[in-house]
Amino acid sequence: MIRSTNNIYLSLNEPSALDYIELLKLKVMRLAIFTAGVAMIISSNNLNPFIALGSIICIALGAGGSGALNMWWDSDIDLLMKRTSKRPIPDGKITSDQALSFGVFLSIFSVIFLALFANFLSALLLAFTISFYIFIYTMFLKRTTPYNIVIGGAAGAFPPLIGWAVSTNTIGIESFLLFLLIFLWTPPHFWSLCLITKKDYSITKVPMLTETHGVKATKLQIFIYAIILAISSIIISFTNIGGYFYFIFSLILNSIFIFYAYVLLINPYNPNNENFPKEKKLFLYSIFYLFMLFLLLLIEHFTKLLFPSYLIVVKDLIWI
Amino acid sequence: MDLNKLENDINQKRKSKNLWLALSLGSFIVVVFFVTIAKLSDGNSIEGFDHTLRPSLIKE
Repeated sequence: MIRSTNNIYLSLNEPSALDYIELLKLKVMRLAIFTAGVAMIISSNNLNPFIALGSIICIALGAGGSGALNMWWDSDIDLLMKRTSKRPIPDGKITSDQALSFGVFLSIFSVIFLALFANFLSALLLAFTISFYIFIYTMFLKRTTPYNIVIGGAAGAFPPLIGWAVSTNTIGIESFLLFLLIFLWTPPHFWSLCLITKKDYSITKVPMLTETHGVKATKLQIFIYAIILAISSIIISFTNIGGYFYFIFSLILNSIFIFYAYVLLINPYNPNNENFPKEKKLFLYSIFYLFMLFLLLLIEHFTKLLFPSYLIVVKDLIWI
Repeated sequence: MDLNKLENDINQKRKSKNLWLALSLGSFIVVVFFVTIAKLSDGNSIEGFDHTLRPSLIKE
C-alpha cells in the first residue's frame, strides 16, 4: 500500500476485471454449463426458459466460485507448474485473500439463488458439489492419493444431476447415468493430460498416477477406463433419453476412443518428445467425445419432440 | 516510481472493474425480474398469501 499524490491510498496489487474472470476457470465452467443445460432440456418439456436461464447462471457461478477457491488453495503448486504458473494468484495479479473472498461469495450466492430460482434439491446438490470439490478433492484427495482424479472427478460429474433436478425436482436413473458418464470420462481425459504435463507434476510432488505407478500403468488404466466408459455411455441408448441416433453414433464415438487409447497403450512413451502427439490426440478427442455425446442426446430429444413416431417407424424398418 | 502513471493505471483498472460489476448486476436484476414473473404466473406459490377466502379451507 502506498500514498499517492492526491493523498489516496493505493494498493500496488490492483487486480483487473479480467483477472477475476480468469479465477472462474472458464473451461471447467463451460463443461458445467453445457452438461447441466442439456440435462435440463432433455429431462422436461415444460421448463420456463427464464427459470432455466437463471438456474444456468447459478450453476455457472457455483462452478466459477469453486474454481476460484481451488486456485486459492492450490496457488503454491500452481506456481511450480508451467501450465498453471500464469494463473492470477501465482502471477501476482490477485492476492490469495481476494481469491478466497471472491470464491466464498460466489459459492454462497449461487446456492441461495438456485434455491430461489429452481428448488431446494438442486441447490443442495450444487452446495454438495462445491463442498466436495473443495474439501474432498482439492484439500484432501489431490495431494494424498494417485486416485485423486478418479474420486474427485465426481465433482465435475454433478452438473447434469443438478440440471435434471432443476427441471424435474428429482434424481432419475437417466441423470444418474449422465453422472456416471462424466465420472468415468474424467480419469482417461485427465490422465492423458498428465502424460503431456508429466514433468510439471514430478516437480510439484502431487501424487498423480503417472508419478506413483508409472506411465505404463497409467496407459493401461486409460484403456480399461475407455472400455468401461463405452459400456456406460451405450447403456444410455436404452433409456428414455436415448434412441437410435444416439446408439449408432455412440458406438462409433466409443470405438474411436478405445482405438486411440489402444494406440497410446502399445506405443512407447517418449518423455523427450515435447509434442506428445498420441497423448494430445486422445486428450483433444476426449473433449470432442463428451461434447458429441451430449449433443446427440439433445438431437435425440428434439427428434422425438418433432417426430413423436420416429422410434416406432425406425423399429418397423429394422424388423422389415 | 512514477506515482501519477501508477495512479492512472490503477484508476483505469478500477473503472473497468466497476463497469463489469455494474453490467453483471444489471443483467442479474433483469434475470431476477423475469424469473419472478415466471414463478408468479405459475400461481402455486401465491395461493396462501392472497388474503381471499379459499373454498378448500372451509370445513364441510
